[in-house]
Amino acid sequence: MDVQPLIDQLSTLVPGVVLAPAPSADTDVTPALWVSAAHILPVCFALRDAAGLEYLAFSNVTAVDYHPRRTPRFDIVYHMVSPHRRTRLRLKVQLGPDEPIASVTPVWPGAGWCEREIYDLFGIVFDGHTDLRRLMMTEDWEGHPLRKDYPVQVRKDAQTYMPLQVTAEEFRANMERDRYSRSRPR
Amino acid sequence: MTVNMGPQHPSTHGVLRLVLELDGETVVSVSPTIGFLHTGIEKTAEQKKWQQVIPLVERMDYLGAQSNSLAFSLSVEKLLGLEMPQRVKDIRVLIAELQRISSHLVWFGTHGMEIGAITVMLYAFREREILMNLNEMLAGFRFFPSYIRVGGLRDDLPRGFKEAVAAFLERLPGKLDEYETMLTKNPIWLDRTRGVGTITLADCYQWGLFGPIARAAGGDFDVRRAFPYTGYETYKFDVIGASNGDVYDRYITRVAEMRESVKICLQALERIDPVGDFQVADRRVAPPPKDEVYTEMEALIQHFLIYSQGFNVPAGDAYVPVEGPRGEHGCYVVSDGSNRPWRVHMRSPGLMASQALHKFIVGGMIADVVAVIGSLDVVMGDVDR
Repeated sequence: MDVQPLIDQLSTLVPGVVLAPAPSADTDVTPALWVSAAHILPVCFALRDAAGLEYLAFSNVTAVDYHPRRTPRFDIVYHMVSPHRRTRLRLKVQLGPDEPIASVTPVWPGAGWCEREIYDLFGIVFDGHTDLRRLMMTEDWEGHPLRKDYPVQVRKDAQTYMPLQVTAEEFRANMERDRYSRSRPR
Repeated sequence: MTVNMGPQHPSTHGVLRLVLELDGETVVSVSPTIGFLHTGIEKTAEQKKWQQVIPLVERMDYLGAQSNSLAFSLSVEKLLGLEMPQRVKDIRVLIAELQRISSHLVWFGTHGMEIGAITVMLYAFREREILMNLNEMLAGFRFFPSYIRVGGLRDDLPRGFKEAVAAFLERLPGKLDEYETMLTKNPIWLDRTRGVGTITLADCYQWGLFGPIARAAGGDFDVRRAFPYTGYETYKFDVIGASNGDVYDRYITRVAEMRESVKICLQALERIDPVGDFQVADRRVAPPPKDEVYTEMEALIQHFLIYSQGFNVPAGDAYVPVEGPRGEHGCYVVSDGSNRPWRVHMRSPGLMASQALHKFIVGGMIADVVAVIGSLDVVMGDVDR
């Protein structure tokens, strides 16, 4: 599938964006684009809202660590679907170890947990994410397991991040931190 | 009031923890916590050879095991540039649809049981037992057959398998009617499920929900139809949908989907020749047949190489979407050209569903939480990976 029309359309919609076709094995179903990291949010808004694109559905976000073979070491990979146009798209963004990237949760709220998972397992920070906490590992876990420089087998002492019996104040504080929607009236 | 539901709660399908804030019996907010079943499969997969990843990914979504291995195999085969023989494609379709029926039967039984219809659990597990026996016949394993491999199938279909499947397919529609007489028009069931846990189609797509959940909300997106893989474009089946997006419509959608799966299975059975290929001819991936191994030096070397070092996969990345029992599955694989994957990431429909849980239950009654979780059909192995 030819991505040049898509690149042209996005370039006019998002001034300043750097786009390039990304060679992949599956471009017949999922065409792929490299996107400059600074423009990921406006590009995603354009993909969702522009006529003729309408990528309404979010599929997933994940990251790949190329350490030590490449700098910048990370790729963030976005998949999105246009259900009625029956097209898919993959966006890839290159990112260094300490660079944050804009969260796409304003575009597709479903990206929230995927970005938390990336934050947890790769240590990449998403700007604008309202609830960026660890998702899979416990909150006091050290390191980011899916990074290539994280050892495969680590021995750690068993630990609980919260005592089993907590005081009433601690319980309320935990709840306050865990609450999904902070703005609701009590 | 704050209620802590789970992680050990019979209706949370494993280890999902919900912190519910209640006003009387109305749910004001919900905060799901996951990760209790996180086993680092994606990290482990990076240490294994390509073929050894198959048993690992099957353990993610353990109720739809073979849909995981299908997703992984298709992505790796995309990287290798392999095209499967027609017979392999048809067998894979048959296996995938049997797995869908099996997964939906577990959903049907547990969902019914959680809302109080204990009988249907026993009924549904009776039919599922036959499917488990079919798996055992296929591969010796009941739960995780690892039958679908990169490059085709592990082995040819065993003797008597097609007859056994045909007997099952003949039996199932009648049994589905029997199940439906217990629930579909049951006034208690209707009261518990109609208008409960409603979601709109736009919300479904934004939150990354596909599959039966989106189709029950009026969508017509089915990966088998939209982005056909392994030959689904040649099969006749309807994409089942409903319009209200509540628990009842998700129930109706899944039950009707089982009937469609039976149709697909029957077509596949008709197409599968008694003898033929069960893997690709490409010797990079498929081990040579045993009689050649015993008689030819080259074949012996190749056999040894495949089983000791595995095979190299060209560098690149691929993602092939697959319609799993719970929605869009898919494996994003990255290769650096070696005999081990650089990265394996499974798109998890259950993660999306449990993330969007508050869309379904906030504003509803606490008793409906159980009905909603059941209707979303989350599998925690798939969520936590």
